[in-house]
Amino acid sequence: MSEDKRKKDIAEGQDDGKAKESRRDFLKKLGVATAATTVAPAATAKAGSIAEALQTHFRLMSDDEKKNAIARLEKRYTEQFSKQVTVADTPAPEGVLFGYALNISKCIGCRRCVEACVRENNQSRDPAIQWIRVLRMERGNNTFELKELNEGSPSSNPLGDYGIQSGGHADKHVGLSGSTEHYYEPEQVPEDDAIYFPVQCQQCEDPACVKACPVRATFRDPNGIVVIDYNWCIGCRMCQLACPYWARRFNWGEPVLPNEDMNPKTHYLGNRPRMRGVMEKCTFCLQRVRDGRYPACVEACPVGARKFGNLLDPKSEVRKILATKKVFRFKEEFNTDPKFFYYMD
Amino acid sequence: MKKQIASASQKPIAFARDFFSYAIKGGNLYYGWLLFLSFFVVVGLYTSYVQMTKGLIVTGATDQIIWELFISNFIFTAHIAAAAVLVVIPAYIYKREDMKHLAVLGEIIALTFVIIGLNFIFFHMGRPDRFWHAIPGLGIFNFPSSMLTYDIIVLNTYLGINLVAVSYLLYKRYLGQPINTKFYTPLIYVAVAWGPLIHIVTAFILSSNAGISAWHTAVLPFAFLSMAGASGSALIIIFFLLIRKFSKMDIADSVIDFFSQVIVWSLGIIILVFASEFFTELYPGTHHAASLEYMIHGHHGLNAYVPWFWWTMALIVIPFILLLSSKVRKSYNFLLPLISLVVFLIILIEKPAVLVFPSFSPTPLGEYAVYHPTLIEIFNVLFIWASGFIILTLLTKGAIGVLTGEVQDSQTVEGDAK
Ligand code: SF4
Ligand code: SF4
Repeated sequence: MSEDKRKKDIAEGQDDGKAKESRRDFLKKLGVATAATTVAPAATAKAGSIAEALQTHFRLMSDDEKKNAIARLEKRYTEQFSKQVTVADTPAPEGVLFGYALNISKCIGCRRCVEACVRENNQSRDPAIQWIRVLRMERGNNTFELKELNEGSPSSNPLGDYGIQSGGHADKHVGLSGSTEHYYEPEQVPEDDAIYFPVQCQQCEDPACVKACPVRATFRDPNGIVVIDYNWCIGCRMCQLACPYWARRFNWGEPVLPNEDMNPKTHYLGNRPRMRGVMEKCTFCLQRVRDGRYPACVEACPVGARKFGNLLDPKSEVRKILATKKVFRFKEEFNTDPKFFYYMD
Repeated sequence: MKKQIASASQKPIAFARDFFSYAIKGGNLYYGWLLFLSFFVVVGLYTSYVQMTKGLIVTGATDQIIWELFISNFIFTAHIAAAAVLVVIPAYIYKREDMKHLAVLGEIIALTFVIIGLNFIFFHMGRPDRFWHAIPGLGIFNFPSSMLTYDIIVLNTYLGINLVAVSYLLYKRYLGQPINTKFYTPLIYVAVAWGPLIHIVTAFILSSNAGISAWHTAVLPFAFLSMAGASGSALIIIFFLLIRKFSKMDIADSVIDFFSQVIVWSLGIIILVFASEFFTELYPGTHHAASLEYMIHGHHGLNAYVPWFWWTMALIVIPFILLLSSKVRKSYNFLLPLISLVVFLIILIEKPAVLVFPSFSPTPLGEYAVYHPTLIEIFNVLFIWASGFIILTLLTKGAIGVLTGEVQDSQTVEGDAK
């Protein structure tokens, strides 16, 4: 299969299941059998990990290769976490474009969504990886004080002793603190003096991250979710550099996920456990939404600030919000066209 | 007839043998130098084992500052690799007689620094075992979208061109045969064009990231090329002065003068580039300037980069002013090598301390951070540098043997005797 054709397949999201000659030959040359052998367990494990190391991009796998890859993973995870782990390959539903809407006037900054996300998506507990970041901003940080207003630059001038060119000082503008808190530890939420702004992957329609990936390990799936083939990622972090939303997290070390906390219901492109040296990020809980369920964060939010649905369906809740509320997108200037919307009542 | 063929096929082997057996011979100082470098290789073997088994967590990189010392050093190696064409251009395009025989040394520098750079990229990858995913044909090559694919192409091509050019020229010299200019001259012209190209592409890797405002500027390739001119010429001056001192190679003062001129020009351009960048950022004073302001006066008490920034600026301006004096430029034994060393080091240090680490603050979500390199990371960097300098030393020593006629095909020698 030519390079162009393969690229086209990835671009169009076709899993056409045709044999991938070049890679097959490569495997043959190395003398690796693709079928699992039934020798001693250690030998099988080794053959399994070699086969995993040599497997191709998920989008390019034939049905057989997919089945083998998934069987290998299920076996490995089941042993590793001492519980029955499934790795699904549920296909993308037809005619769906997933979208998200978040009501910032309701959000109370409790970070239940963060916790639910970590649990659902098998994020590493140590080092701790979290896909959602809730920003805290001080309410009322736009207060003006008369005393400061008259201390501008230039401070003394024939035109008068007023900061007529710029009120306040270059480093400290009057009435603006402008700081965002990432690691707030309140005794109780909501705090009277704070507003909250959760950020996660915005599932851009024109994703800067996908453009930057040299090996197409990260790509836009047919429902508009940007996913990562964790087994294809080479860990170059170009995508992390490109993302204007700081949505991507890297596995700097071997992820640690205690057996009892592991969520055994996984999807190949979603929440299956990751390995060291690869990228991960929010997938709108692909393992759930492809089954017609809500993302975990939507279910966890105690105030109902999070809404999710099909952007192509005019009757869906997100579409109604887009039609009736005050909606905006974060950092529009980057032109990545997010499918994550913020709104106010 | 058969004998001739047999001996012809053995010639390259004999060349390699003679080349390297000459290259590893030297005085105590030479062995001391190689031993010094080997120390870092031995330690580095252990520290790279740690990194390869534990992952990048043993470096100081985090999701806030995602580029480590490796990639910062890589950018610097691209400076030098690109600047090596400064030896080739005068020799082949301006046909300067005093530099013709030195061109191959420039190519050796280019070759070595591309190798060092590729090593840094290898250490930068989270999954070096999967590098084959990026090999066209074998894996998936996201060309023309991904800027990294351009870098893979230009770096490897540059490596190939220089490898062929260097070994071809030295081999022909070894045999005492004239070079085939129909083959060699076009190759050299391609190499000359390719040097700046690798660097421009490297700059685009940075400037293509709209989210990192400090890099998202059109002056970056100009900054990189002028830094290449300064740091590359600085290295070449030191390199040539050492060769002149320790070998029979003849390097005229005019050659050294040429490179000190290039440093002056390059530093001047760097100053202009910085000035126009700083003005464009600071006058409107938008959030786009936040990283720069962080470097200049810190942010809420986080001011780790402030001294680095000001020292870098000072040590770019001071050498520029000093080198304007021809007395300083002519001080071949003291001031010139000293200033060259300073220029080389400051542009090396500028990479992590000004260009890379502070540019990650504020992050796209507004966090400010300071990078803390780890010992393992530092030793891995030294490992790559030391192995690179071993390659550079051996190749240069061998090449000098060939160029001065001490390494020659035995038949050529016999022929000469008759
Ligand atoms: S938010 Fe970032 S990671 Fe998510 S799709 Fe957009 S660019 Fe990619
Ligand atoms: S880190 Fe992985 S997903 Fe991101 S650009 Fe590199 S290979 Fe692609």
